[in-house]
Amino acid sequence: MAAQSLDMQDVAMNGTRSNPNSAFRRLLAVIRELLGNPSSGFGLVVITILLLTAIVAPLIAPYDPNVINLSNTLKPPSAEHWFGTDELGRDIMSRIIHGTRISLTIITIVSVIVGPIGLLVGTTAGYFGGWYDTIMMRITDIFLSFPSLILSLAFVAALGAGLENAIIAIGLTAWPPIARLARAETLTFRNADYISASRMQGASALRIIVKSIMPMCLPSVLVRITLSMATVILTAAGLGFLGLGAQPPLPEWGAMIATGRRYMLDNWWLVAFPGGAILLVSLAFNLLGDGLRDALDPKQR
Amino acid sequence: MDNSQALLKVENLRVSYRAGKTYNTVVKGVSFDLGRERLGIVGESGSGKSTIGRALLKLLPTARIEADRMDFGGTDLISASEKQMLTIRGRRISMILQDPKFSLNPVHRVGDQIAEAYRVHNRASAQVARQKTLEMLEAVKIRDPERVYGLYPHEVSGGMGQRIMIAMMLIPEPQIIIADEPTSALDVTVRMQVLNILNELVTNKGIGLIMISHDLNLVRNFCDRVMVMRHGEVVEERAARDMRNCTHPYTQGLLAAQPHIGGARRPLPVLNRQVISQETKEVRA
Amino acid sequence: MTAIDVRNLSIDLGYGLAKKRILGDVCFSVEAGESFGLVGESGSGKSTILRCIARLLNVWEGDIQLEGRSVNVMQFAEYCRTVQMVFQDPYGSLHPRQSIRTALQEPLRIHRMDRQVERMERALVDVGLDPAFLSRYPHELSGGQRQRVAIARALILEPRILLLDEPTSALDVSVQAEVLNLLADLRAKRNLTYLFVSHDLAVIDHMCERLAVMQHGRVVEVMSRDVLATGDAKDPYARELIQASLEYDHAV
Repeated sequence: MAAQSLDMQDVAMNGTRSNPNSAFRRLLAVIRELLGNPSSGFGLVVITILLLTAIVAPLIAPYDPNVINLSNTLKPPSAEHWFGTDELGRDIMSRIIHGTRISLTIITIVSVIVGPIGLLVGTTAGYFGGWYDTIMMRITDIFLSFPSLILSLAFVAALGAGLENAIIAIGLTAWPPIARLARAETLTFRNADYISASRMQGASALRIIVKSIMPMCLPSVLVRITLSMATVILTAAGLGFLGLGAQPPLPEWGAMIATGRRYMLDNWWLVAFPGGAILLVSLAFNLLGDGLRDALDPKQR
Repeated sequence: MDNSQALLKVENLRVSYRAGKTYNTVVKGVSFDLGRERLGIVGESGSGKSTIGRALLKLLPTARIEADRMDFGGTDLISASEKQMLTIRGRRISMILQDPKFSLNPVHRVGDQIAEAYRVHNRASAQVARQKTLEMLEAVKIRDPERVYGLYPHEVSGGMGQRIMIAMMLIPEPQIIIADEPTSALDVTVRMQVLNILNELVTNKGIGLIMISHDLNLVRNFCDRVMVMRHGEVVEERAARDMRNCTHPYTQGLLAAQPHIGGARRPLPVLNRQVISQETKEVRA
Repeated sequence: MTAIDVRNLSIDLGYGLAKKRILGDVCFSVEAGESFGLVGESGSGKSTILRCIARLLNVWEGDIQLEGRSVNVMQFAEYCRTVQMVFQDPYGSLHPRQSIRTALQEPLRIHRMDRQVERMERALVDVGLDPAFLSRYPHELSGGQRQRVAIARALILEPRILLLDEPTSALDVSVQAEVLNLLADLRAKRNLTYLFVSHDLAVIDHMCERLAVMQHGRVVEVMSRDVLATGDAKDPYARELIQASLEYDHAV
């Protein structure tokens, strides 16, 4: 009597049966789709290279990034130094390679802080509504109304210069858009029948938010985070440029441009290569974010 | 049923969609003629009935539409270019959609939309178009056409919205109307009203009507001929009043599965899908 | 015993001149084991009443009692095991990212029930689905199958009352027949009480013994199903509604 309805919908719909452990399969499918699209494929490849470079930095960097060699200063790109040397004789390419570690650290820490906070604030504000929502959103608005660099500057000025403080400062400015987005998504799903069904079954608000609403917000939030990573790098570079982020001798790309500025007119390679690295990585994250939006959303809707 | 020459002749219509490397055939060889009559196409979801309507007007950009013949008053629709189709759509073949909430443009007044429909196909000034619109609104039994002209779609009820849709689709005086689930989104008390209006207009002007619906009961009471579809194929075709003598088990199943007021409380007969698939295969063979 | 007792249920929204009466003094009661229909056109308030009983809406006035106890005072554990709801849209009532197993296990987890796997499998079998469906996701199921899962989910907590909000309106006629048969069967087996909302009088006639006709947020008449066949309603709107439905129905 097990009525297996052979409705047309059954056939017309995706007939493949999902593995219970489909999270991994889904990840593979998403990666495959990203690689299929040239721009997002480019983004994915560049970021993978960035990741690998950061991991094996000491192995592939031809020179120690901190060794000063005052007889070898300001040398243009050559066979021994592919990217040339800076004003203290340090090999720029090695510094850029080691700099990937710093950039990646900044991105990771900021995302790990910002994602959950934004998601939590946004989903709870959207779900509960009322005065809690109003208060949360006004706080978010306050943070949003400052340009991120200015706000980061203010925080760093208060906390003191340094990489860790720069990370905190950037993190504090990066969560509001995520919160807004999560809230908007929550408002759409809040009245869905499956949420009503959960409520009827006695699920607490926390359970509903964590188990039912957050998974639905995740694609948009993930995409937004990848897009904001580009901004994070640029903000970190900006702070570094202003001398408020990573302190010397750390090979942070923005700081490299800052110190290279003085010699820029005759020694283009001091700013071109770090600048190019920033450009490349920002672009890669942007393209990846775009591609992710296409890869994640339509299937899951 | 009118004995005049058929307005539309369709032979072996096939519609398929691309799915990766293969094609997914949604309509598998459907043939019919349409004269100045009301033809109903009935089917459940996935039967291909709505696809036929849109295929006739070539409103499926991503699909592959093929037929041995798709002839509309001398024009071959299959080989017609997009430019030719533009002169046919709305002007000679019109389509009424299901939910006026979604088929009327929410940012324009309804009167303006109907007037626009008129001006697209006829050279006319704004005043003449407005006049025609008011006449058309009266023809669909809207009592206060001047007032309704200035309303926005969200300000009118479902039944009125559908009548506005009908007005908009009939104002260019087409020869054929395709109505895709025209009353499914309406309340029961309003349905018959709207259908009666449509019926009156269609009969008076000798327009051919194709009514697509999932509701076999409705179609057999409203149309002259009924075509029942299942999985892209026509399983039954007969005169509406003769429907109780249907032969195909699927049609019989559909008729029996519908609960009726005053019917017995016994469990409703359900389709035995294995048997029906068998029968369909045999009929085809 | 009276399973559902609704007295003077009213909802007013807005202030002053813009005040709108969504529900006006709705009164009806449903006996245990009975199947009661709520009919009306769109905007009549029938689904709103269900949402009030389901505690999804809390701005109402009046009194709603389930098995003699007011819904406002019932603890959530007691409430969830007394009444559950089946929603209209099969495509919206299951979480798109959760497997059927998750959907069925959540209520069991929340209420810390034992023998969870056994209960889940039996719930699926009771609605005519193979237990293998546990590992599937909603987008892999047809509309009829999803609605069966929704019914299984509603019944897994063993409620005595079921609120049904147009459960078959979005389904094909043939699938609707299967689901209606299933609902009738389950009700007989478990002696459930149904509050069945629909705009389709034929479905209500088939499934319910008594019904209330609603218009603009008010109950205009409560009648037994026999009145549908005779068309002999007292209220003029009810008569009009039945007449239109009969005309539409044109029983052979």
